[in-house]
Amino acid sequence: MKRTLSVLVENRPGVLTRVAGLFSRRGYNIDSLAVGRTENPSISRMTIVVDGDEQIIEQVGKQLNKLIDVIKISDITDDPYVGRELILIKVNAEPAVRGEIMQIVDIFRARIVDIARNSLIIEATGDADKIDAIENSLRPFGIREVVRTGKIAMLRGAKTRGMEASGNDTGE
Amino acid sequence: MLFTIGDRAEAKKLTGAGIIIKALQAEGVDTVFGIPGGSVLPLYHELAVSNIRHILTRHEQGAAHAAEGYARASGKPGVCIATSGPGATNLVTGITNAYMDSIPLVALTGQVSVEMIGHDSFQEADITGITLPVTKANYLVKNVHDLAATIHEAFYIATTGRPGPVLIDIPKDLTTQRAVFRYPPKLHLPGYRSKVSPHALQVTQAAAAIAAAARPLLFIGGGVITSGAHEEVRQLAEGQDIPVVMSMMGKGGFPETSPLFVGMVGMHGTAAANYAMCETDLIIGVGVRFDDRVTGKIEAFAPQAKIIHIDIDAAEIGKVVTAHIPIVSDARQGLAALLEKLSGKGEHPAWRQQIRRWQEENPLHYERCGLKPQYVLEELYNLTKGQALIATDVGQHQMWAVHYYPLERPRAFFSSCGLGTMGFGVPAAMGAAIARPEETVVVITGDGSFQMNIQELATISHYQLPVKIILMNNGYLGMVRQWQEFFFDRRYAYSEMLGNPDFVKVAEAYRIPGRLVMTSEEVVPALTEALATPGPFLLDVKIDREENVFPMVPPGGTLNKMVTGGRGA
Repeated sequence: MKRTLSVLVENRPGVLTRVAGLFSRRGYNIDSLAVGRTENPSISRMTIVVDGDEQIIEQVGKQLNKLIDVIKISDITDDPYVGRELILIKVNAEPAVRGEIMQIVDIFRARIVDIARNSLIIEATGDADKIDAIENSLRPFGIREVVRTGKIAMLRGAKTRGMEASGNDTGE
Repeated sequence: MLFTIGDRAEAKKLTGAGIIIKALQAEGVDTVFGIPGGSVLPLYHELAVSNIRHILTRHEQGAAHAAEGYARASGKPGVCIATSGPGATNLVTGITNAYMDSIPLVALTGQVSVEMIGHDSFQEADITGITLPVTKANYLVKNVHDLAATIHEAFYIATTGRPGPVLIDIPKDLTTQRAVFRYPPKLHLPGYRSKVSPHALQVTQAAAAIAAAARPLLFIGGGVITSGAHEEVRQLAEGQDIPVVMSMMGKGGFPETSPLFVGMVGMHGTAAANYAMCETDLIIGVGVRFDDRVTGKIEAFAPQAKIIHIDIDAAEIGKVVTAHIPIVSDARQGLAALLEKLSGKGEHPAWRQQIRRWQEENPLHYERCGLKPQYVLEELYNLTKGQALIATDVGQHQMWAVHYYPLERPRAFFSSCGLGTMGFGVPAAMGAAIARPEETVVVITGDGSFQMNIQELATISHYQLPVKIILMNNGYLGMVRQWQEFFFDRRYAYSEMLGNPDFVKVAEAYRIPGRLVMTSEEVVPALTEALATPGPFLLDVKIDREENVFPMVPPGGTLNKMVTGGRGA
């Protein structure tokens, strides 16, 4: 079972290592992890796709919560959200097959972003299914290289999973 | 003398080292353990003229364990200092030990100057990277203006919630730069939640489960000691007539002389405690983490039991066993809330009788011939009237100490439980002796463990710490030998400690009096002499070489299948 976690963290050096290290140390399986800063430059958001049964997902959440730099964790898998991944594919493209490739690119509403004598780089965004599909469609031509970002996700509608729901100062 | 405005502002500034000292004072630190070195020289320069007592250990691992012993005995955070590189890496075992046993510890390490970081400079180690998985939090401070706030935050994190070690790595140049000392009154930690009060509904459910249980069992761990919940444990056990078992970390959390006490549970638990765990219909786990040494084979653990699990760390609940009623709370507050909900007294005469029968049929026993470690511990108990602070190392002697030195009060037993660190006992006892100088501190150690931090005899000798060392000397890595006997066809591969020194002479070399004990007749006079001699004392007790720890649940086995070593358990 794959779950998508949206995790707000403090934008500090070492946070990514902490999160990634936690996964490897405890033997959890990360499917993808994407990170970038939010509208607030002191806070970053990680979108983590993790594979595991209910017990593992619960532990992942609890263990992540223990990290001091982790501010908030939301499991958005069951909420309506927009999930996107970006892929760059370098594919073999002899002049004879270019037309066919361009058709495939059109069908997937992808883009050709670089052209060389015998190859193309194609950029596509979409959910994991679409990305897998375009990759599979291009495979017969010979894929030289693939780079994927991992999933990023945002809840649909006006709802946010930002700081307003949490954020407690620890006074003494 | 006249100052310009600029001079006056300058005059109010302190060096980074001065700021560290002031911050430690603001945290109430009166004692630190450590060893100076290049990167921390400016700090030591200030430390030497401050009112903070510095205990010079002979190895950084000793400093970390001593700080832990201090923390366990006093309830205050322990502080240790090491220099960069090898000094810092020598702390790692101690830090890991504190992490596994949830001990509040603040480790200050020197680091090479900021501009040298990352160049593989002399005595540089990425200690924040190295300790990432074994600290509750760690910091590399890069600006002198952040020093005070970081220290404040570190102490707060180390001591609140589930306590643990926090490391602060401080580049050398920061300790000579100047800044104004400002202690932040408020911490901003949006991601840190140290929840302590229990959820009312779950407390109500727990109370109902306790009222409905026929064979309830209180299972206490280190959280009881940390939160000071021993009185609440006693009230719950006595008020509801519930037998009590403990993990090693829970030792002292409930009077072991009470008729309700059943014993330690797990791999080397008592037979009655293990049978009780298998037969109970309700476990009330308080401040425990259901370690594999406690549960044995998980699938066969407490098959009939509903589990109430009280723990301050939400991640502990459901990590190993499924809790039917989870209560995320400080152990004392959780129990207090539970006690409020429980009206009337409980009675479980049949269950109590069953446990008593198990106890009578399977008492702890040993052959009364030769020189037995169990006998030494029994006599130690008699002579100290059970009032000594006991530190142990790791191995057979540790298990004998748990069984044969019953305790009635918390913060009196210090052992490396989660990590099983040989070499822990002697430095931990030093820390305990410094924290509570009015008490008798006894280390129970073995010849294997003792030699892993034997250099701390110098520290004990120099500070004349009243630490009585009882060395259970069988010339083996005893527990290793026992496992080899049981599970590896008696092939004692490299577990015999050939080349052991004359330990009494070693002690003498450190100006510590000692005595060799060869027969059981010598035990009482030797213990009496050790306890009556002011300052440290070492007894080298030549115990029966092949004495084993019983009972024993084979690793990965189920709790009711114990090796008992002949009669009963």
